[in-house]
Amino acid sequence: MATSELPNEEFVLPKQKTIWDTLLRMLRKQPLGSAGALVIIIMGFAGLFAEQIAPFDPEMENFEYMLSPPGTVQEETGKVFYFGTDSFGRDQLSRMIYGARTALLVGFTASFCGAFLGLVLGVASAYFGGTVDLVLQRVCDVFMAFPLIIMALAIVSIFGTGVEMVIIAITIPFIPNCARVVRSGALALKELPYIDAARSVGYSHVRIIMRHMVPNVMAPFLIMLTAFVGQAILTEASLSYLGMGVQEPTAAWGLMLQGGAEEYAESAPWVPIWPGVAITLAVFGFNLFGDAVRDVLDPKLRSQV
Amino acid sequence: MKGIAPKLAVAVLGATFTFGAISAKAAAPEYGGNLNIVVGSKIPSYDGHIESTFGMIHPIRPFYSLLIRENPDNPASPTDFVCDLCVGSVPKATEGGTKYTFKIRTGVKFHDGTPLTSADIKATFDKVAFPPKGIASSRKAYFKMVESITTPDAETLVFKLKHPSGTFIPSVAMPFNFVYSKKDLDTHGYNWHQKNINGSGAFSFVEHVQGSHVKGKKNPNYHHKGRPYLDSYTALAAPKMSVRLQAIRGGRADIEFRGFPPKARDDLVKALGDKIKVQESDWNCVLLGTPNHETKPFDDPKVRKALTLAVDRKSGSKYLSNIAIVKTPGGIVFPQHPMATPMSELKANIAGYSDDIAASRAQAKKLLKEAGHDGLKFTFLNRGVDQPYKIVGTWLIGQWKKAGMKVDQVVKPTTPFYASLRKKTDFDVSVDFNCQSIVNPIADVSKFLPSAGNNYANFEDAKLESMYNELLKAGTPEEQKPLLRAYEKRVLNDLSSQMITLWWYKINPHRSYVKGWKIAPSHYLNQSLDNIWIDAAEKKRQGVN
Repeated sequence: MATSELPNEEFVLPKQKTIWDTLLRMLRKQPLGSAGALVIIIMGFAGLFAEQIAPFDPEMENFEYMLSPPGTVQEETGKVFYFGTDSFGRDQLSRMIYGARTALLVGFTASFCGAFLGLVLGVASAYFGGTVDLVLQRVCDVFMAFPLIIMALAIVSIFGTGVEMVIIAITIPFIPNCARVVRSGALALKELPYIDAARSVGYSHVRIIMRHMVPNVMAPFLIMLTAFVGQAILTEASLSYLGMGVQEPTAAWGLMLQGGAEEYAESAPWVPIWPGVAITLAVFGFNLFGDAVRDVLDPKLRSQV
Repeated sequence: MKGIAPKLAVAVLGATFTFGAISAKAAAPEYGGNLNIVVGSKIPSYDGHIESTFGMIHPIRPFYSLLIRENPDNPASPTDFVCDLCVGSVPKATEGGTKYTFKIRTGVKFHDGTPLTSADIKATFDKVAFPPKGIASSRKAYFKMVESITTPDAETLVFKLKHPSGTFIPSVAMPFNFVYSKKDLDTHGYNWHQKNINGSGAFSFVEHVQGSHVKGKKNPNYHHKGRPYLDSYTALAAPKMSVRLQAIRGGRADIEFRGFPPKARDDLVKALGDKIKVQESDWNCVLLGTPNHETKPFDDPKVRKALTLAVDRKSGSKYLSNIAIVKTPGGIVFPQHPMATPMSELKANIAGYSDDIAASRAQAKKLLKEAGHDGLKFTFLNRGVDQPYKIVGTWLIGQWKKAGMKVDQVVKPTTPFYASLRKKTDFDVSVDFNCQSIVNPIADVSKFLPSAGNNYANFEDAKLESMYNELLKAGTPEEQKPLLRAYEKRVLNDLSSQMITLWWYKINPHRSYVKGWKIAPSHYLNQSLDNIWIDAAEKKRQGVN
């Protein structure tokens, strides 16, 4: 009876990759993207655990310590104002930490809502075509004719200020931007045989769009999404700076900048500097991360990588 | 030694006389020059009788005269009035306080050459006090006590009142009561002055370039002999405060009459040193907190009283005055007026004025608990203007937080802000203000009357109305004072219908070569510019062209 034998050489299973391996690989291949991710992680951590991290209540006024420079010690508690205080004597560091929460709340909510609605509208527009496509795209044209900040300003002017209104104001201009990009991918998908097959077995439009088309345009969607977060944070800061966004005493970076940029740039530079740095880092971080995501998801760029 | 002492004495005496002569010469007003003013608000129209903004007063007031005005040499006094178009001193009431007879200057001419007589002043006050149907008059209510205006001759004007009134003379002195020519009113109608100017003021109109400037030139026939000192003035439009500030810093403008915040003053002084002079004064403007009595739980006086008890006005005055144009705590009357309630009485009788803020806040918490609103949450409506609204609003929210309240702030631009106050009434508690020109205590406190058109608290109180009617008819300060105290206590303490935060504080830094102008307790006052002159040598020293 013939028997077959295993080859003599030892069969070695490939070493299972740990999370550290993945991180190291990403760090090696996408160093800038990793730096961006690190900024986002720090921001997320600060935003999520603000209550635990912040040394002071960010809204508590301590007028005895108004405009104190960084490193001032509060006599009553022995706590240090590491980033100094603003004109109301509020701790700048605590407001920075809570400001991260506001920035992320606005950034992620506006981006997810805007990108998701844009995704659905873009795919639907491509799928239905004809008059639906024509009307939706012309509406998109109208919205896209305005720069993001102008459109957002117009919306808060009409509907009012506050966190919720700022989210809505930023979400609306994102929708046509995402819809336009997603539609171009979906137009090609629509012609593929499996969509015809889905139609022929009688699937509903909603099922075809949501189950068969949307998953196949996820790459541009994710790229848009990451790009939107940085834009949303910047727009929120701009609106707050202009007095049309988040309102006092809520901690928000744009608002902190507005309270200090003009009046205290010379005499108390720590008032505008910290929020300025935070806004810059956050936007920079999301942009770097977004670029890395695009590099990974875009097949053309992936082959180059 | 014997010969030195007399020589020294002569030398000292000589030096004293010389320096005295030099200082006297330096203090003597000089003629000539152009004054550049920066104005932070637009001109809605030229008609003083319908407008209420400093955006109109600052560029337009120098074209017009008034019957009487605040004393330009003592504008800080809220009770010192002098004649402008009348002769002598401001008349005293006769016939039991119901008749005022003004003797009118002769030889005064409007800029178009028409002689000014008592008929012009009558026509002016007829328009202000008894406007025909369809013609607006913003200060009609101030002249409710006037029964008739007559002109026995061209040099006499008589106001007959329905009853004695302590508000009449300050009302006449309001800087908005521009005297118009009867001929213009008869020929062109009551709306003509909205777009045209023909006054008898220190300056005559040259041009108005929309969004840029208003220019006026010296009126050579001005009725105050020897004035004005300036050849001309230019009121430059500069809506942004930073632009106005930089204009003064860079020598593009000489003065701004509304006022700058403390930080701007400090920056200017730091940058320009002795090239800047700063004048400061309490301001006849106060920020209020107005709860909407139609919104629960602000229909409950306990809740309203808790709001005012939570506010530490003393420390607010100390610290906010470093960052905002507010400073003085007080009651409902301008704190520097003789009729104002002294702080000791406010502390004793009115909730929220105690020095023991811990006890006040404990009482506020207790009242909220009793009312069933422990840890009250509400929305505070604010106006989208930094100074002082948003700063004081943020401070108030911090104060309420210290008494356990949780407050969100909604900030609206001016138009929607007023829409919320006046039409929608969709607010819990709102910032509000009472800003007046001439300090006229009895007229000024009408703001707190439920029936007043500018009271946004949405409530009724017959007792308060009747107290005010009594106050209106009180002829002497001695009669008025106790009535005013009782009225104030009912507003701020018993009903807590509205709350006073802090009175504004006016800071006017200007180039030190601008001489002769004295700060008044209102940015509407002392704006005829006829007493201002430019120290040319000092201007040259400062390198300003």
